[in-house]
Amino acid sequence: MKRWGLALLAVIVILIVAVGAFLFIPHRLEEVSAPQGMPTGQALVQRGEYLARAADCVACHTAPGGKQYAGGLPFKLPVGTIYAPNITPDKRSGIGDWSDAEFVRAMHHGVGKNGEDLYPAFPYASYALMTTEDALAVKAYLFTLAPVQADTPANTLKFPFDQRRLMRFWKLLFLPGHRFQPDNGKSPDVNRGAYLVEALAHCGECHTPRNFMYGLDNAHKFAGAVTEGWKAYNITSSKTAGLGDWSDQQVADYLSTGHADKRGSAAGNMGEAVSLSLRHLTPDDIRSMVAYLRTIPSQGTATTESAVDLDPPALKASTPYSPTPDELQDASLGLQIFQSACASCHAWNGEGLQSPHAALIGSQTANDPEGTNLIQVILRGAKLETNQGTIAMPAFGKAYSDAEIAAVSNYVIAHFGNKKPAITPEDVAKARAF
Amino acid sequence: MAKKISGPSYGLLEPGDLSVTSRRRFLQGGGAGLLMGFVWLRNGKAWAAGEEPSLKVIGGGDNNGGNTFQGFQPGGFIRIAGDGKITFIIPNTEMGQGIYTGESMLIAEELEVGLDQITVIPAPPNEQLYQQPILKSQATGGSTSIRGAWIPLRQAGAAARTMLVAAAAARWGVPAGECTAERAVVKHGPTGRTLGYGELVDDASKQTVPADIVLKDPKDFKLVGKPAKRIDTPSKVNGSALYGIDVRLPGMKIAAVEVCPVVDGKLKDVDTRPARAVPGVVDVVKLDNAVAVIGDHFWAARQGLAALDINWDNGSKENVSTQRIVEDLKTASEVGKPVMGRTVGDVAAGFRNAAKTVEAVYQLPFLAHATMEPINTTVHVRPDACEIWVGTQAPTAVQKAAADLTGLPVEKVIVNNYMIGGGFGRRLIADSIVQAVNIAKQVSYPVKVIWTREQDIKHDLFRPAYYDHIKAGLGADGMPTVFTDRVTGGSVLGSYLPKGLPEGVLDTDAIEGAAETPYDFPATQVDWVRKDPPIKVNWWRGVGPTHNVFVVESFIDEMAQAAGKDPVEYRRALLGKNPRALAVLNLAAEKAGWGEKLPDRTGRGISLHDSFGSYLAVVLETSVSPAGEVKLRRITAAVDCGININPNSVKAQVEGGFVFGLSAALYNGITLANGQVEQNNFNDYRQIRINEIPPFEVHIVASGENPGGLGESGTVSAAPSLGNAIFAATGVRLRTLPFDREELRQKGSDGSVLSMVAPVGLAVAGLASSDGAKTSSDPARPDLSLSSEMV
Amino acid sequence: MISLKINGQSHDVDVPGDMPLLWVLRDVVGLTGTKFGCGIAQCGACTVHIDGKPVRSCVMNVSAVGDRPITTVEAVGETPAGKKVQEAWLDLEVVQCGYCQSGQVMSATALLTRNPRPSDADIDAAMAGNICRCGTYPRIRAAIKKAAEV
Ligand code: FES
Ligand code: FES
Repeated sequence: MKRWGLALLAVIVILIVAVGAFLFIPHRLEEVSAPQGMPTGQALVQRGEYLARAADCVACHTAPGGKQYAGGLPFKLPVGTIYAPNITPDKRSGIGDWSDAEFVRAMHHGVGKNGEDLYPAFPYASYALMTTEDALAVKAYLFTLAPVQADTPANTLKFPFDQRRLMRFWKLLFLPGHRFQPDNGKSPDVNRGAYLVEALAHCGECHTPRNFMYGLDNAHKFAGAVTEGWKAYNITSSKTAGLGDWSDQQVADYLSTGHADKRGSAAGNMGEAVSLSLRHLTPDDIRSMVAYLRTIPSQGTATTESAVDLDPPALKASTPYSPTPDELQDASLGLQIFQSACASCHAWNGEGLQSPHAALIGSQTANDPEGTNLIQVILRGAKLETNQGTIAMPAFGKAYSDAEIAAVSNYVIAHFGNKKPAITPEDVAKARAF
Repeated sequence: MAKKISGPSYGLLEPGDLSVTSRRRFLQGGGAGLLMGFVWLRNGKAWAAGEEPSLKVIGGGDNNGGNTFQGFQPGGFIRIAGDGKITFIIPNTEMGQGIYTGESMLIAEELEVGLDQITVIPAPPNEQLYQQPILKSQATGGSTSIRGAWIPLRQAGAAARTMLVAAAAARWGVPAGECTAERAVVKHGPTGRTLGYGELVDDASKQTVPADIVLKDPKDFKLVGKPAKRIDTPSKVNGSALYGIDVRLPGMKIAAVEVCPVVDGKLKDVDTRPARAVPGVVDVVKLDNAVAVIGDHFWAARQGLAALDINWDNGSKENVSTQRIVEDLKTASEVGKPVMGRTVGDVAAGFRNAAKTVEAVYQLPFLAHATMEPINTTVHVRPDACEIWVGTQAPTAVQKAAADLTGLPVEKVIVNNYMIGGGFGRRLIADSIVQAVNIAKQVSYPVKVIWTREQDIKHDLFRPAYYDHIKAGLGADGMPTVFTDRVTGGSVLGSYLPKGLPEGVLDTDAIEGAAETPYDFPATQVDWVRKDPPIKVNWWRGVGPTHNVFVVESFIDEMAQAAGKDPVEYRRALLGKNPRALAVLNLAAEKAGWGEKLPDRTGRGISLHDSFGSYLAVVLETSVSPAGEVKLRRITAAVDCGININPNSVKAQVEGGFVFGLSAALYNGITLANGQVEQNNFNDYRQIRINEIPPFEVHIVASGENPGGLGESGTVSAAPSLGNAIFAATGVRLRTLPFDREELRQKGSDGSVLSMVAPVGLAVAGLASSDGAKTSSDPARPDLSLSSEMV
Repeated sequence: MISLKINGQSHDVDVPGDMPLLWVLRDVVGLTGTKFGCGIAQCGACTVHIDGKPVRSCVMNVSAVGDRPITTVEAVGETPAGKKVQEAWLDLEVVQCGYCQSGQVMSATALLTRNPRPSDADIDAAMAGNICRCGTYPRIRAAIKKAAEV
């Protein structure tokens, strides 16, 4: 008995020591050196700028109204708020005194300068796939920015989430231990696209559903997910829910301009990704991304099956300037709001008036009976930077009641999506809370 | 029978006090009888300072007026050239109220010319000539224009006609009594000879100004009181009308500005290079609290501004929030020291003798003006002069502000006043002119500063927020024994007067509409606790009454409710001493079908007030959907504005004013957080639209009383009639503006309720089909439709 | 250089392609009848016709116009519907400050061009995008009906 007891104790001690070691042994700092043939000087910086854009660093590392890359953007989680840090080369408040090795370690392993574990709001599970060379190029670019003195607000996470070491368990489960591996069975285009989509653009961070531990559920890769009240749509090859029915041109247009003919426009995080990142990519890279996306096997969406109706009867019976006679006769609250605040841009026949970006025909957002993104875009508006100027939709949340926004959402989805939605004022109230 | 009238006149009054009591006193007591405009002839001045260049510019350099003018110029209002061309110089600013037409009618009536025979130009800044007798400054506001112009402008026309007729009579050698004038022609009755006014200008100029002016008897009016077509309409339907924002000058550039978003914050620094790199950007100018980018066109300027990364010094008001302001108002109302407004009768006894007391707190928000034409000013500062092109309600204030800033004498500041795309009080303040002059001082060319709508809303000077505690004692019969109202809010007058309003002094605007109501209360006490907000405030259409009448008229309904009486019946019982108010109340109620049955969740609300010298009652009928949406079904107004000059404009002002007030009642409130205004544009500072407006009738009560003001009356009526209608429809009393429609939603109503809303355009047809529905579905409330059947 | 056909005349303008048509009309071509009210397609003050169809010029990139003809309020009276609308506007004294009315006239003209007998609901659908702060809505409705009768 005694021996058994000792053995048990020994096992427990070993476990505790092992876990303790796992949690407390400092992270190694691997030496990094510039790979052979890596560009230097201005060429390196330019490459870094392109990659930083492709990786959309600025989106998270800039607070609304704040200086670019100076951090401060809050990530509001149920367990508290995390703030994106300042990554300008300010020595005190930014990353000015980070070494190459420290920077690469952060990108690949989610470890901060002082060896602290970083939270995966920083998508290092994707950036881990980035080549060391590219990571160094990004650093070279960031170090050319004007240093901004801006202290990042302290995170306000509740216990135990404020214990950074616990992220080591998370990493054990979800952090890839390798860089991007090209698949020799695929074309260079597809491989390039895979690298862009998976490593840099980190599309999966929004488009792949997460498991209960906030890890990406790669069994449902790109099947769509909801983040902060916005739906990232299914981008698999599913014909009903995903991009299966889109032409290559449509996907490419959507990525590079935020709009595709008969496919609606990007808003929310996707609008931001287009504005800050994707529109700056070369046509070749966009084509590669499309090629890779085409290889993603079809998955039913993890959210709603809401096949886009490309030819809704109500649109055929409308003109740009008037709805169907039945709808007009009905004069629902939703229609009244639409004719007041929406029709001048969107047009009743779905074609969009002043700008094609306002066209709602084929828009996934107008076809989703849950109205997730529709409600958000009405509440918060949208702003899209394109290479042809800014496209914006104002935010209506402050002046329209929950009932009104529910009514106009129901109208839009019925009219432009030919669905039977049942959005309630309570749904709108919930959407406001994000 | 013609009779001699003396009354208030323009000019030569003490500037300063804008108080309501003095306005009333002035109106009742009349003025000294000086004939405005003739001041000039008597003084022998060739022209008024600053007048000549303005008139020349506005008149396109033709022979309209000013020092190059040749012809008959009897005072400040009338110019008749040798070719017969007649020009009126209109003392008030046209901002939609139809004043160019109304004031022209007054002059034309007595001058005996047709409206089709004249052109009008706006008066240049000149307090001596164009000081408004009620406001006692050259300004347009407070629904005072017609009241102030009623006698002086007719006198001006009559004097000029008298001189023209005398000139013709002298030419013919006949007694003036044998001559008549009509459509700008003097005729000698016995011989049928005629002379056009143009032919008489030299002789008329030599005539002496008549000492006593005889005005027409109203029954002889040819123009006044008949619907007249507005003279500014044609240019406004074909795009040729010029507003300040439309000014185009040789060499002119256009500026966009960004002001520190935090109240009273300052500019710290800005790297101007990104803006200068934008094609079309000409200059970047820094101000104390703003950056202006000047471009060849507004788009370049805006793009340049957008390219800048401006560092602001947010200053001390970073934490200003409406939440805090409202809390402060509440505290001030409870513990602050009130200034007595009006007290009548024994208030304490009134409460002692009451069988019941009713009390309530009402709250009103800050309001932006959001004039359709965004703020804009064009300025050219030259070494020797400063020229300004702007639509302003206060041209002399503009002139003085620019003189102060440039160090030029006022006569070197030329103000070209334009038609305004909506004033509503916004353009009484010269803030945008100050900004534009400060920009123009730094460049050599004329610069037009345009505010975006976002700037226009964020940097407006708002109507103050209020917190009002109102209370009444009711006798055993339900009728009031006492009525008290404690108003708490900032002082608009204090914000407007150059040196502010001293503490402890009453701002009569704060209590106007509450201190004196149409009703006869045995005892009244209305006082005011001053609590100035940390932001600047300003006059807003309807001024004091818009705020106070909402509170009072809502509360009268609450009193009627507590007394178990019909709201119209209850008011009637309080109007024994006020026949004009009673008459409009009765007319509106009758025309609206007050008391007739309505469908479920549908009700009528009444509001009554006498403000600005006019009486207005409005019945608004509304339904409230289960989703809480307010659907207006019918609006019926009855107005007594005394002698009405142009019935067309009377109706238009009641309609337009009311619709303006509806936007505020339903949708508008400016809020601040972190020292910044939270609203931006029409997406979040929402305006009522055509599909929300039901049929609207305005009935005019014939009256021989002196004209009242009407530019603001409709606005005053909107919120109270709507609040009362919502109560009648739902049993929910909303005491905070804008009305929170979420409170009207029947809880548990699902998405399906959202399509149950009656179409507005078909509202009247819908009335017919309501079969026997009761007004009230709430058993706890008295059935108002029953008691009102006694009406 | 962008070439525009405005009110039957051609204009060559040297402006960036993303410049809204509104500012090209007002600040470059000098046609100030078209008004700026909001800049975000919420008020309708900037309404012009392109190919006879109403558009909000404040959010229309000038490069998107192409060679389609533009009509502004200055010339809309030369169309049959525009003439009727302007006359009805005068007959019923619609206008107050007038600042929104260029846009109202343009929207109403477009409505009557495509629908000579509009119902109340048709009027709502066509006119609800045009804000009037002066509250001339009851008269706008009446004037459209009047214009439809003649
Ligand atoms: S200015 Fe274009 S819609 Fe308002
Ligand atoms: S007439 Fe003034 S905004 Fe419409």
